[in-house]
Order: sequence, then structure tokens, then C-alpha cells
Amino acid sequence: MESLNQQIADLRDYLLKFARLQLRNEAWAEDAVSETVLAALGKPQAFDHRSQLKTWLVGILKHKIIDLLRQHGREVTVSSISSENDETDPLDYIGYQADGHFTEAPANWGNPEQDLSSRQFMAVMDACANQLPPVQGRLFLMREWLELSVEDICKDLNLTPTNLYVQLHRARLRLRACLELNWFARTSTP
Amino acid sequence: PLNRTCKEVTALVIAREDRDLPLRERLALRIHMKLCDSCPVFERQILTMRNAMRQWRGYQGP
Repeated sequence: MESLNQQIADLRDYLLKFARLQLRNEAWAEDAVSETVLAALGKPQAFDHRSQLKTWLVGILKHKIIDLLRQHGREVTVSSISSENDETDPLDYIGYQADGHFTEAPANWGNPEQDLSSRQFMAVMDACANQLPPVQGRLFLMREWLELSVEDICKDLNLTPTNLYVQLHRARLRLRACLELNWFARTSTP
Repeated sequence: PLNRTCKEVTALVIAREDRDLPLRERLALRIHMKLCDSCPVFERQILTMRNAMRQWRGYQGP
């Protein structure tokens, strides 16, 4: 029987993948995972075996990531946001006529509920989240993966709600386009 | 005035994921959805994405 310490050490790479995706910064990701492993090794009795070990570790990691984002919050500034935005409204990529109505109706994605839990779909989700611009991706994942409220994100990073809404709007449209291109266009029936 | 273009409606559908819309916008959205063939399809895409995000949050990797 492998010791708990060894099992935790074996999951380090797995935790790093999650931390990199959220933090977009190798040093911060390493810090978050190291803190997570130390916390887990320091209190192994807190693992009650009712959940999977990796579920327990991801729960700890989320808190460490939130701590790090708060600590480095001032580095996500309004200027760093504006520097990675182009001036194009991402809605323009969808295709509207001059009167604001669709040029072409959006594609029917079908009813893909079962597909959404497949390993292949999760790989596409990972890839699409990874291709978001760094600050935009970080804000989007704070909202969607760490499940922080808009108020908390604004407070932690000293952003206005308007700034945050613009970034989340852009991130959602980018993600939609990426999923459509890399998943739904390939799996939906015409 | 409750008439909205598809572009305005798709922006509202996205915005609704992060904030509560004012009553006027909710009403405009509902009216537009009844009259438009395309926007309900876009709305279903966003709902599918919402479900996908929920699955992704719970996903623990292979």
C-alpha cells in the first residue's frame, strides 16, 4: 500500500496543471502547489477518505490560488488589461448586418449533454481556456473555476465592475468561438 | 422602447451570466426571443457553455 505522502507527491504534476491554467505564471503555480502539498502533508488526518485524494488536494489548491491572487492582485491592473485588448468588439466576429441582425443564424449545437462530460471534451475546454489572453483568462477562471463573486474579484484586484464585465464578456465570446470551432462544429449534425 | 437588435440581445445574453439585468432589459430580451429565430439558438449555446463550465469545474482529470 502506497503511503499517503507518496500518493500526494505523485499528484504534484496534476496539481501544477491546474495551477498553471489559473495563474498563468510558472513561479506562482509552483508556489501554490508547494503550499498545497505542505498543507496536506502537515495535516494528513484532515483527509477523511470520503472523497478522492485528488479532490481533497484540489480543494486545498483552490484556496492557495485565491490567496496568491489576492497577494498579487495589484499586478492585475487596468493598464495590463487594456494592453492585451484589441479595439475590435468580439461580437463583430459573430457576423451581423448593418442593422444589427444576424448575417447568418448561429449553428445549432444540438443536445450535447452527454458529450460534455467526456474526457475529449474536457481536453478541448482546457485548451480553449488556455488560449485566453493571460489577464482575461485569469479573471474568467476566478469567476468560473474558483467561483468567486464579481464583488470579491473587484475588491481583490481593485477593478471596477464595468472593467470586469467587459473582460468576462470578451472571455465568454472567445471561449464560445473556440468551443464551436474545436468541438461543436465537429460533433454536431448538420 | 423594447425593440432590440440581435447584436444587442446577444450582448445581453452574455451579460446575464455575470449580473442581474434590469427589468426593462429582461422584458426586451423576452420579447425579442419570441420574435427571432436566431437569438434563441445563440441563447442555447450559452446555456450549453454554462453546463460545460459546471462539468469542467467538477472534472478531476483522467
